Amino acid sequence: MRFYEFESRRLVERAGIPVTKYGFAKTADEARAAAAEIGGPVVVKSQVLTGGRMKAGGVKFADTPGEAAEHAEAILGLEINGHMPVGVLVDPKAEVEQEYYAAVLWDGRAKRPMMLFSDMGGIDIEQVAEEHPDHVGRGHISNLHPIADFRAKETVARCGMTGSELGRATRVLAGLARLQRDYDMTLAEINPVARLADGSFVALDAHMEMEDEAVGRHRKVLESIGVDLSEPREDYEPSEFERNVKAIDSADHRGVIQGKDHGFHGNLGLVIGAGGGSLTLTDAVRSQGGKPANYAEIGGNPSVAKSKGLAMEVLKKDGVEKIAVMMSIVSNTRVDIVARGVIKACLELGKDPAETIAIFRIPGAWEEEGYKILDKYGVEYADRTTSMWDAAGTAVAKIQGGAQ
Amino acid sequence: MADLDGTFIEVEVTSDAASDVELARKLEEVCPVDIFAATDSGVEIVRGNLDECVLCELCLDAAPDGAVVVRKLYDGTELKR
Ligand code: SF4
Repeated sequence: MRFYEFESRRLVERAGIPVTKYGFAKTADEARAAAAEIGGPVVVKSQVLTGGRMKAGGVKFADTPGEAAEHAEAILGLEINGHMPVGVLVDPKAEVEQEYYAAVLWDGRAKRPMMLFSDMGGIDIEQVAEEHPDHVGRGHISNLHPIADFRAKETVARCGMTGSELGRATRVLAGLARLQRDYDMTLAEINPVARLADGSFVALDAHMEMEDEAVGRHRKVLESIGVDLSEPREDYEPSEFERNVKAIDSADHRGVIQGKDHGFHGNLGLVIGAGGGSLTLTDAVRSQGGKPANYAEIGGNPSVAKSKGLAMEVLKKDGVEKIAVMMSIVSNTRVDIVARGVIKACLELGKDPAETIAIFRIPGAWEEEGYKILDKYGVEYADRTTSMWDAAGTAVAKIQGGAQ
Repeated sequence: MADLDGTFIEVEVTSDAASDVELARKLEEVCPVDIFAATDSGVEIVRGNLDECVLCELCLDAAPDGAVVVRKLYDGTELKR
């Protein structure tokens, strides 16, 4: 789940990391009042979940509260990349001596959170890492043990900082690491952290992303900082495929299906899932040279109708020639039920399951029954002795006109 | 394409059992996927739900021996008591 800048700011503040005085406003009058409260020149920023605000005219500077109100009026009516703002953030135009970068993110390879700190903030950290690697400090922390400040200190020190600056930056990074863990963030980033003229360190802009599954656990905190949990937080409009899959899932309590096709343009439809299987299988298809038409998740023992629904939506997508039905090993999801569903989907669309299903690889509960069904309809299947990698390879080879 | 219509399960109830109102209520209650509907005159098979049959045999347990048969059309075998 992504957060607006003003929500991220509230989370950062809640975590005890210093921020400058700021105001969130939904009307021009509120923006005027916020600017007056801050005093001095301010910057008025559109609150949208998309990039390119500056270029689109969604960030404007104002010297007086009246000017802030005028800018807020204009920004509140300005659509940016198809998004209307939920309000504006009014910030002081801070006198910054130096900008830094601080982040804590989940490192999938190390399977633990990683802290990042740079004394070259305010710009793209990937560019800094490439061009000035000695200005980026990295350090891993444990998810099991308390977060010790010295870990953050080591990370900050790796980019050459010393003295009181090191101490102040350490407090920001350690606070951010606790925020990342306490609120299950997949990304907690402050860019820039600013050193002001008086030597203090403050968070000027923050970007937070929370693990979707953790949202329910943090409902109270989220509501207390003004998050509207009924609002979709995607940075794009869901496609017809995504909407349809969601509707099928909502209409039937049995099992779970999900489908995404944003950014997918391939010819191999995927009906995949089970215990991390979706990510592994999508990667496997790509690594084998295939072009997935979608991402999907199916599990939790879906009904025949739900399995059929997902497979039909995948098959109806433009450009899909075949589908691969693959999972890691299933325990409660029944192989025979999914087999019935995907075969029904093919038949109802007038397609031959034997030609359309490139591979069926779901080992697990009721697999023998499933294999009888697949045999009957001539669908090629694989059991657990075939790896997910090899099953993906078979599907890709078939769609590319190779092995049959 | 093989001449197969995508129907996987058939459920049959003998005519005596089908008009047993008490049995109809039991069948409606035990089937987890609503394949049986109790009516004033007995039991009706909800054909739209047939392929959701999970082969649990609860209907066979609830009915007198031989009254209900669940047929797996994909391998020709039957579940019955
Ligand atoms: S076997 Fe189970 S699911 Fe199938 S009809 Fe009988 S009670 Fe219903």
